[in-house]
Amino acid sequence: MSKVLMKGNEAIGEAAIRGGCKYFFGYPITPQNELPEYMAKEMPKRDGVFLQAESEVAAINMVYGSAGAGGRVMTSSSSPGIALKQEGISYIAGAELPCVIVNISRGGPGLGGIQPSQADYFQSTRGGGNGDYRLLVYAPATLQEMVDLVMDSFEVADYYRNPVMIVGDGMIGQMMEPVEFREPKKRELKEKTWVTTGTKGQRKPNIINSLALDPAKLEEHNFKLQKKYNEMEKNEVMYENTNLENAELVVAAYGTTARIVKNVIEELKEEGINVGLIRPITLWPFPTKAFDEIPDSTKALLSVEMSLGQMVDDVKIASNGRWPVHFYGRTGGMIPEPEDIKSKIKEILGGR
Amino acid sequence: MAVVFDRTNGLVDRPTHYCPGCTHGIIHRLVGECLEELGVLGDAIGVAPVGCSVLAYDYFNCDMHEAAHGRAPAVATGIKRTLPDKVVFTYQGDGDLASIGAAEIIHAAHRGEKFTTIFVNNAIYGMTGGQMAPTTLIGQKATTAPYGRDVEHSGMPLKVSEMLSTIDGAVFVERVSVHNPANIRKTKKAIKKAFEIQLKGLGFGIVEVLSTCPTNWGILPTDSLKWLETNMIPYFPLGNLRMPKEVE
Repeated sequence: MSKVLMKGNEAIGEAAIRGGCKYFFGYPITPQNELPEYMAKEMPKRDGVFLQAESEVAAINMVYGSAGAGGRVMTSSSSPGIALKQEGISYIAGAELPCVIVNISRGGPGLGGIQPSQADYFQSTRGGGNGDYRLLVYAPATLQEMVDLVMDSFEVADYYRNPVMIVGDGMIGQMMEPVEFREPKKRELKEKTWVTTGTKGQRKPNIINSLALDPAKLEEHNFKLQKKYNEMEKNEVMYENTNLENAELVVAAYGTTARIVKNVIEELKEEGINVGLIRPITLWPFPTKAFDEIPDSTKALLSVEMSLGQMVDDVKIASNGRWPVHFYGRTGGMIPEPEDIKSKIKEILGGR
Repeated sequence: MAVVFDRTNGLVDRPTHYCPGCTHGIIHRLVGECLEELGVLGDAIGVAPVGCSVLAYDYFNCDMHEAAHGRAPAVATGIKRTLPDKVVFTYQGDGDLASIGAAEIIHAAHRGEKFTTIFVNNAIYGMTGGQMAPTTLIGQKATTAPYGRDVEHSGMPLKVSEMLSTIDGAVFVERVSVHNPANIRKTKKAIKKAFEIQLKGLGFGIVEVLSTCPTNWGILPTDSLKWLETNMIPYFPLGNLRMPKEVE
């Protein structure tokens, strides 16, 4: 298959359909509108269903119903819209249903702005909805990586019976890059014996539910969920480590920010400064083990984000006191300038 | 001897948690009987609400899906759009449907979603302990309306069936009551009609069932039936508000 030049949001839609998505429920919000628009155009032609809900709250609950009925289902939104979906996401995680949720994030808090931001890190990785639950969260940095992950995400969601979230930002959603649609990676999936598709008088009724009034039973359920999350931590971590050899400083950055940092690394090389990069591809599970590859030459870590320091917490946990952890971030839709990142790195390395 | 009355296969054989004198049990049975008589139990998927009937999924003998407070119509939309050949229904109380879930029910009706809603209106929040509902009558006392509902403060009780009957996608809208045997029979007829309309794929159908809450109204079950008849029916008049032309 040859490469095609596509806009990010539309490439996500195409990847989802090729990944097996049959049902899409969404609600318009900038900067992700090209995705539901693409689905509205393509789904009816390709044996799928697109429905524009009356709100984000309704959209995620339609996803909940469809997933319970056995549908391969997806929704997408942007930051404040994802905030509205958190109630439903908690229910879906509690009821152990598979679905894919795309967040093309923008600046906040509140209505915020429409420019790219990474200030939804906490919302994505810390729950956002109520209760003890986790999402598998992918944060691709290129459109190729985006379409690969979107295509695979439906299998991963089905495998774990858990929502998968894909976090991009307005930059990734709006940019154009050549992409190649490969075959999604198939997983060995169990039959969906738990779906609400009608008993046909052949079996006992199935119940999709997240209510457990007996605290002992709810605790047991949460322990069971935790076991699943532990499996994800063991098997699903994805990251990229770049230029770590002889690195004096290692930057942690993901998505759009990591792309900028890669350019910074190249420019600093020319000045004789060795800087490495740890790029989490899964934000949860966070690639703590990536930090074990940091060499002795490294004096400090720097988390660079388009937020005011959200991933830096995870970087500190992963560093576990082995290195001092610094932070540089822009917020509100402002994009970090390479010169500013360079100055920060030089400042940390201290008047060399 | 001929059997004139038996338990329905539409419900599982399990005692319910409902308070003595509550009419949820009757309404559950009517829904179960209709599904069984129409021969669609094996194709039925019900959506339970938040409120007193939150555990409805434990009682109906068909696949069930629990929804968040007010979201049952959105969940049912997701199910029906995924499985258009199945018989999908929501079972919701007045707090769930008329308050927090008002947007979801209006838009499901507006899109003409081809599922059926059983809307149980007892003019109060039951499960959370008797707080005011959008349907609480003027002067009716509730824990959050201790001096009785005041129009100036809380507005008039919301007439859901009248409101939905203005929406084109809602093809079947009927208000019924279960305060005596004659009306229980009428209620069953309406529920069956609503399911038949779904089976014909004509659009959205809702049956509003006036119901009692002896516990939170603070009166005896028999007095509750009388209170419903005397106070609720004059404000929430019984009858059909919309019937599709094909069925009339």
